[in-house]
Amino acid sequence: MFSFCTDPATLSDLPWMACYLTTGKHLNFYWAFGTVLLLLAITAPAALAFGFAGASAARSRFAPLSLFGKTYIAIVRGVPDIAFFLFFVIALDQGLEFLKHQWVCPDWDQPIRQGNDFIVCQAAKVPLGNSPQWVHKTYSFFVAAFTFAIVFGAFAANVIYGAMRAVPRTQLETAEAYGMTHRQTFWRIVVPQMWVYALPGLSNLWMVLIKSTPLLFLLGVEDIVYWARELGGSKTPRFTDYPHGDWRMWYFLVLLVFYLAFTRVSEVVLDRIMARLTLGQATTGGDAQRKAVT
Amino acid sequence: MKTLILTTAALALSAGLALAQSQTIRMGTEGAYPPYNFLNDKGEVDGFERELGDELCKRAELTCEWVTTDWDGIIPNLVSGNYDTIIAGMSITAERDEVIDFTQNYIPPAASAYVGLSADIDVKTAVVSAQASTIQAGHVAESGASLLEFATPEETVASVRNGEADAVFADKDYLIPIVEESGGELMFVGEDVQLGGGVGMGLRESDTELRDKFDAAIQSMKDDGTLNTLITKWFGEQADTF
Repeated sequence: MFSFCTDPATLSDLPWMACYLTTGKHLNFYWAFGTVLLLLAITAPAALAFGFAGASAARSRFAPLSLFGKTYIAIVRGVPDIAFFLFFVIALDQGLEFLKHQWVCPDWDQPIRQGNDFIVCQAAKVPLGNSPQWVHKTYSFFVAAFTFAIVFGAFAANVIYGAMRAVPRTQLETAEAYGMTHRQTFWRIVVPQMWVYALPGLSNLWMVLIKSTPLLFLLGVEDIVYWARELGGSKTPRFTDYPHGDWRMWYFLVLLVFYLAFTRVSEVVLDRIMARLTLGQATTGGDAQRKAVT
Repeated sequence: MKTLILTTAALALSAGLALAQSQTIRMGTEGAYPPYNFLNDKGEVDGFERELGDELCKRAELTCEWVTTDWDGIIPNLVSGNYDTIIAGMSITAERDEVIDFTQNYIPPAASAYVGLSADIDVKTAVVSAQASTIQAGHVAESGASLLEFATPEETVASVRNGEADAVFADKDYLIPIVEESGGELMFVGEDVQLGGGVGMGLRESDTELRDKFDAAIQSMKDDGTLNTLITKWFGEQADTF
């Protein structure tokens, strides 16, 4: 990066460090922070949407839909994350390729499953085998985001399902007395009021989600923990211009600070949301707020 | 009319050919096993296998692209088609050969070795670390020693340095630079062990055409001696050659 970095072995500590911390590998490490934040930014609302849809489905009076919602929640919550991640991503990828294969290569005469191998025609690969590497990376990123959304959506669905049932029955009765339909009661009474009951559970999920990003490498996305391990591992002078001993501790220390700071920021934000949601609610928190004002 | 049909046919044919040629072979590797394969300071795949793979692709007239993946998932990702070859210092063994296909070896059957902090360790009873799902891990488990498995080669060596394990068991070619650079802290323990049938490229069993291409390219590199030069360049003078 800097002009004086051509021969790092001759440099003193400070410029050496400056060169070391700006190698291409380190830039990848810094990018990975962006990847993780982007993943969270996409996954959190998506998981919330899945959760809301799952909870609404589970609550539905239409039996098949309710069964579907409950099955989704039960299965995803029941299967270990790692198993689900490995299985689902490969299955999703193969499913997409299978469908595309039926579409673009109808004349294909060979079996798709040959022993252990999964073979579709070249044109049906997702993404195409000759696409540039960034397409592959983007694809696996979105597959990862989708998988995270499904897994965390199931947990969120259970939380929201419980929260919907926690809305006081009297509120619903009043709504019925006013002549609201089932749908109106749901959207005007249940949904606005349930968030205050859902938030503690959802905030827990958010905290778990922040810390589960190392699962990304399992899905082929290089995250910060992967790079910290790779960069921190001891390096011999034969294979790098910047040999050093086992520095994993320092890299993980950086991650520790990052995660702690991120958690702190999340707590502050969640507290504010909680205060906003409690306003005027018939809960202990809402009551306390009312008394503090008067 | 006839010419029109002919031209369309010719066009369609050449389009088909162009499509076949433009297929990119994706080379899967681990990127954490110097000098076989590792990420250099720029974050690119580098090492013996990078140089070898690029040369093989040139000889086989293929366009190749490098992909890194976790060692544990390296075979499942190959068979489900996320990349087309494994070129990651993978020893040819009977168990792996049941699931995937191998080219002929490009590194002769090489020694695996134990490395520890002192020379008087009994590797048959000590705690020995090895990378998970490797032939070395299998060998340690059978030898009667307590096996300590790690996901990456780097961690297996670190576990010896911090006293978690008494010795590490890995490919000798991987351990030689580490022992040399350790300044006497680490040393080879016990005798070398010959494991596996050498290192080869892994391919899907159904991909016989591609395997034959790489097989021929490896053979041509063996014949003109470039493979031996490459082995000596990366593994040193004492390394076994063909």
